[in-house]
Amino acid sequence: MGRRTTLTAVAVLALTSGCGAADMTRQASPFAGARGSKTVTLSVQSWVGAQANVAVAQYLLEHELGYRVDTVQVDEVPAWDALSQGRVDAILEDWGHPDQEKRYVDDKKTIARGGDLGVTGHIGWFVPTYLVKRYPDITDWRNLDKYAPLFRTAESGGKGQLMDGSPSYVTNDKALVKNLNLNYQVVFAGSEAAQITQIKQFAKEKKAFLTYWYAPQWLFEKVPMTEVRLPPYKEGCDADAAKVACAYPHTALRKYLNADFARSGGAAAAFLKKFKWTTEDQNEVSLMIADQKLTPAEAAKKWVDGHRSTWKAWLP
Amino acid sequence: MAAIGAPALRAGLPGVLKRPAGHKLLVLAVLAAVLVPLAHSRWASGTWPHALTVDLSGPLGGASDWIIDNRDSHPLFLYFLGHVSNAVVISVRAVYLTLLAAGWVGVTAAAALVAWRVAGVRLALGTAAAFVACGLLGMWVPTMQTLALMVVAVLASVLVGTLLGLAAGLSDRMDRVLRPVLDTMQVLPAFAYLLPVVLVFGIGVPAAVLATVVYAAPPMARLTALGLRGADPEVLEAVDSLGATARQRLLTARIPLARKELLLGVNQTIMMALSMAVIASVIGAGGLGDRVYQALASVDVGAALAAGIPIVLLAVVLDRVTGAAGERLGRERHGVRPWACAAVAAVAAALTARLAGRQDWPADWTVGIAEPVNRAVGWMTAHLYSGVPYIGGTADWAGRFTTWILDPVRSGLQWLPWWSVLLIVAALAWLIGTWRTALTAVLAMAAIGVLGVWKPSLDTLSQVLAAVAVTLVLGFAAGVAAARSDRFEKLLRLVLDVFQTMPQFVYLIPVVALFGVGRAPAVAAAVVYALPAVVRITAQGLRQVDPAALESARSLGATSGQQLRQVQLPLARPALLLAVNQGVVLVLAVVIIGGLVGGGALGYDVVFGLAQGDLATGLVAGAAIVCLGLMLDRVTQPTGRRTRKGA
Repeated sequence: MGRRTTLTAVAVLALTSGCGAADMTRQASPFAGARGSKTVTLSVQSWVGAQANVAVAQYLLEHELGYRVDTVQVDEVPAWDALSQGRVDAILEDWGHPDQEKRYVDDKKTIARGGDLGVTGHIGWFVPTYLVKRYPDITDWRNLDKYAPLFRTAESGGKGQLMDGSPSYVTNDKALVKNLNLNYQVVFAGSEAAQITQIKQFAKEKKAFLTYWYAPQWLFEKVPMTEVRLPPYKEGCDADAAKVACAYPHTALRKYLNADFARSGGAAAAFLKKFKWTTEDQNEVSLMIADQKLTPAEAAKKWVDGHRSTWKAWLP
Repeated sequence: MAAIGAPALRAGLPGVLKRPAGHKLLVLAVLAAVLVPLAHSRWASGTWPHALTVDLSGPLGGASDWIIDNRDSHPLFLYFLGHVSNAVVISVRAVYLTLLAAGWVGVTAAAALVAWRVAGVRLALGTAAAFVACGLLGMWVPTMQTLALMVVAVLASVLVGTLLGLAAGLSDRMDRVLRPVLDTMQVLPAFAYLLPVVLVFGIGVPAAVLATVVYAAPPMARLTALGLRGADPEVLEAVDSLGATARQRLLTARIPLARKELLLGVNQTIMMALSMAVIASVIGAGGLGDRVYQALASVDVGAALAAGIPIVLLAVVLDRVTGAAGERLGRERHGVRPWACAAVAAVAAALTARLAGRQDWPADWTVGIAEPVNRAVGWMTAHLYSGVPYIGGTADWAGRFTTWILDPVRSGLQWLPWWSVLLIVAALAWLIGTWRTALTAVLAMAAIGVLGVWKPSLDTLSQVLAAVAVTLVLGFAAGVAAARSDRFEKLLRLVLDVFQTMPQFVYLIPVVALFGVGRAPAVAAAVVYALPAVVRITAQGLRQVDPAALESARSLGATSGQQLRQVQLPLARPALLLAVNQGVVLVLAVVIIGGLVGGGALGYDVVFGLAQGDLATGLVAGAAIVCLGLMLDRVTQPTGRRTRKGA
């Protein structure tokens, strides 16, 4: 009997005290806003360009606007989900996710558009430039089969290896290889870090490689690469993922903010909406982070010191 | 009546089967002779027949959409999961703010004083040094974030684990129900179930804490149950004769008697929670794990190491302190006064620092290790990758390993008809265990086929087999050496501690730099991770061999090689089997993470599912990994059940 009454009491207590609804759309990080400061949480994607955006935004938010900035590393699609839940306040570089945009921006209205980043992104197949000097016609997809033996590795099973990177990136490469009838095997490096490490090792020995890669990217400064021409991109030629047989588009990279934050985020939201720079600017910071191994904060400080007129315009 | 009927019935089927190896194989052969032609006539294909698969992508995609669409409105989320999530956030925040308020002086002093009270002066100094090192590496704030997360996750795991353990320890029926559940939880590679947790709770701390609890609660539950069941019956009888009620008996006799196991459980839970803290960074847990993960994005091994070292230090300190506390249990009486003094001293230290304005770790007191480490890694990979005279570079080895070992094993496994794989699994599991373990193993393997991921699973299996083979060769050799030389063992212990607690993400990039992208680096990383457990268990097993047996062998004039082969190794057989089992389970966990460096197969699918929020791909691959883990565990399961994972 005694135990039964205790249980009932606990249940009643739990029901009465926890009766209010808990809003899953308002769940900030427990580390945010420690000691009562105003905090902005930014999502960082795994590539260095995204780190550069965040580093500069963070530096200016902290030093010019007096915010505390938290960063969270998330992959692209989960980042949209996190943005809609308010776990992060902004994504500064999105490469185009039509499904997510429809779901969260148009239907649920939990995410708001934050304008262009000013950088145009492009995905493609690349070979190192030293290889192009040896075989000038290698940059046409029709000649790739002829050179397949050059690209063979232990992982490619007798075919040529086309190295793809992180599974979070937008890619049609498997379909492309199939639909263009190429004698190639797509090998997934599994993460950008692994892919970069492998590219650097290949480049050090001037070996042949064919890789999925994208611009803007700091690695081009270290390992010059030339794009392989694929059948030209036309509007809608990549609509059916299984039938794609054309190159990737050029995408204007965009920013997205949590809808609540966009409305009531004050100076921080206004600043992030105005944040807009060029590919060269981004590369400059990326290179400092990834190659000179400056911390993102140091790299951002260096860039901010040299480009006062650019960022003055972003301040509210 | 029932009591008489049950054993007779049970003797029926298993009785026939409970024979030595030859009989078991005979029974299997008869079974196969009947079933294989039948299966072959209906589904004559080498790989798993398509007719026997279930496509889950529709319902799983639907479930994922349902969760996202209803997360903000459905009562399940509003009134239950939302509160769970809030409670986690609030408690982690409370701990974090407390740690920040105490300042680095306060935290270091408090930790050192606790270590002094429970473990002595030497460990107190070590603890203080470890915390100072975290600050020197420039990792104070992330360390506090990880610590806050850990405190909440460990408390929750201990609570959940103790409750489950109490249930299993007090009721035989609960024990039977819970045992397979706990077994399964222990062989689950953590990476596999991050996705469903993320989908429900979103990325961030709540998801990370809950994933950690799933991972870290089982050892606590198991050890609690073990402790309760192992209580001395004479003591219990004495308590009974005093007329104690059931609750009194539990609180005054059974729990105190199980103190040692409970403490070991806490120790194991802490270790597992720490290793999860890093994996959870993939889903945005923040803290040290996030620093490691972000450093990897810019291929910065040095920075990753700077964040990895505090994790190792925390693990070593917590392990030693809780371990020492367990050993001291019951040996001395703790008074209240020393504790009060310690508490006062800690508060005084924190206040002094606060008044002196020294609350935060001073920004200029940091040592940059990233640069020299990167230079060392760069030098190593530049010189070892290729072109080493005579032996070839690491890239050549990796290529050869892939072509000569991984490829043949994979194509061999994928060439085998599906029913023969099931037969082999059944035979192995039955030879080493009971018909029950064999059945579990076969069912797990069959489930993989039904899920429609037969081929990638065999690919993963081939990597596991290759990695386990390498691990065992190296591990047994090092274990034998360690068992024979005290000095070597001492030296090895340090290295093993580091390897075992260093987050796997830290060495993923160096292995790529050495072995290139592909399955070879995944295997290499798995070997590094699994080696310590194998070495340790082997050495321990060899050392525990009855000295009398060794002595008599020596007196018969056996050389030391003969002693090893004919006495020590046979007598240590259970330990060696356990080493194999542990090796297999640990290797599987890292081969999966190898999806991040080109390992492909199931690991890649899990990473893909996490990255694209694709529940169908990720969850099916995760389930297949779990089945693979179960199968491998059963096939290698020694008769004595282990009590810890990753020990």
